[in-house]
Amino acid sequence: MIMLRKLLLVTFMFMFVAQSLAAQVYLTRNGTIRFFSEAPLENIEAVNRQVNSALNVENGEFVFRLPMRSFSFEKALMQEHFNDNFVESHKYPNASFQGEIPDMDVLDLTSGEEIDVVVQGELTIKDVTKPIRETGTLRMEDDTIHGKAVFIVKPEAYNIRIPNRYTRNIASEIEVSVDVTLSPQ
Amino acid sequence: MCRIFTIAMIALSGFMTPSLAAQELMDMLDDQEEETTYAVNTFFTTRVINGQSVENPYPGDLLFIVSHHFGRLNQGAYELWGLDQATIRLGFEYGVSERLALSVGRSSYEKTFDGFVKYKLLRQKSGARNAPVSVSLFSGAYLKSLRWPEGSDFEFKHRMSYVHQLLIARQFSRQVSLQLTPAWVHRNLVPAVDDPNDFFVLGLGGRWRFSDWAGISLEYFHRFHEPESYETHNSFSIGVDLDTGGHVFQLHFTNSQPMFEPGFLTDTRGDFLDGDIYFGFHIKRTFSLR
Repeated sequence: MIMLRKLLLVTFMFMFVAQSLAAQVYLTRNGTIRFFSEAPLENIEAVNRQVNSALNVENGEFVFRLPMRSFSFEKALMQEHFNDNFVESHKYPNASFQGEIPDMDVLDLTSGEEIDVVVQGELTIKDVTKPIRETGTLRMEDDTIHGKAVFIVKPEAYNIRIPNRYTRNIASEIEVSVDVTLSPQ
Repeated sequence: MCRIFTIAMIALSGFMTPSLAAQELMDMLDDQEEETTYAVNTFFTTRVINGQSVENPYPGDLLFIVSHHFGRLNQGAYELWGLDQATIRLGFEYGVSERLALSVGRSSYEKTFDGFVKYKLLRQKSGARNAPVSVSLFSGAYLKSLRWPEGSDFEFKHRMSYVHQLLIARQFSRQVSLQLTPAWVHRNLVPAVDDPNDFFVLGLGGRWRFSDWAGISLEYFHRFHEPESYETHNSFSIGVDLDTGGHVFQLHFTNSQPMFEPGFLTDTRGDFLDGDIYFGFHIKRTFSLR
């Protein structure tokens, strides 16, 4: 009987812990990441609406994961070349970011204002992981947290080889825009 | 004893709460459904060499194709190994939908107009849904517009030929793709009474992609019927494909002078082993109309 009560207590404890963990995580599975390449001959834009992201508001830990194949382009042939030749999504299906918002504990999201934040961590594309540190904004609205950031990624740094003949078609610096609406888990 | 254990548990869980590692957070994103992945780039473009491949233009894309076959190599230096002569075909292909493509073209060989439809019946895929091969259906009609000899009583129908093909391809790896192409050719008019009007042909094509942007292709068509009144051969071609993004260049050597189906399937006059080899190329330019 005592054993049973002990077991129950422990179980309750774990449920309580699980509950508190869930409450502090904000998550989305349909965030948006766009990229934009500006080159003399053409501008190329692609959008991915299957971005997964989670933010732990307790300690500021912030992660992203997105399937590369879900970038859609204006021209289908570009999409094929992007997946097949440039990012090789058959070999490297996902890109990810694992990092944090270091100031999370001093941020006051409850004001509903847009707050500038620093996000730092490791960005992984094509199995190449690089430290990045970028600025973005967070805004809390009702129950959800909106996160936005714009930063530059150099394809070359992530082993994305662009043949010389494309230098007038594809920029060497790609502008990446992140837009996520995270809901409590 | 029991109480100590409980306190220990509480203390422990207090420690655990804030230390939800980024990796655990990442794991929360993991339970995603498996998706279906379609084979892309089984061949660089809509033709293996002379023959059709399972590839279609993307919906809304228009391909403009300039094809060129020079003269026979074995004509020697006086004809600059065939470069003094040329047979050409100009063609357009349009992707109507994900599965359907339409095309029109005109060849200088016998002043032939052609038109065809190509429909993807099955697409090779893996993941949530699987299919080991891609299968397309091809139907083409061909009009020989060369003027009849003076005083002959041929009718319009005698100008027509038809070709139906099943294209069955498998991408074994990113590098290696193979295609089987059973074909049925019907010619309304043949040179002699004993010549068959219907021909069955089996094609075998393959590609080895040695880099992201380039590959080597082989193509062979075996005929099960031959005309009696004149000599023809099985079509054999070898070529290099260069993909430059918007353009695909296909350079090849072949014993077939014509570049439209009834021509190279059943009217290949050259004997590859005797040096009746034509150097040629296709240049494809893609225009996105949508």
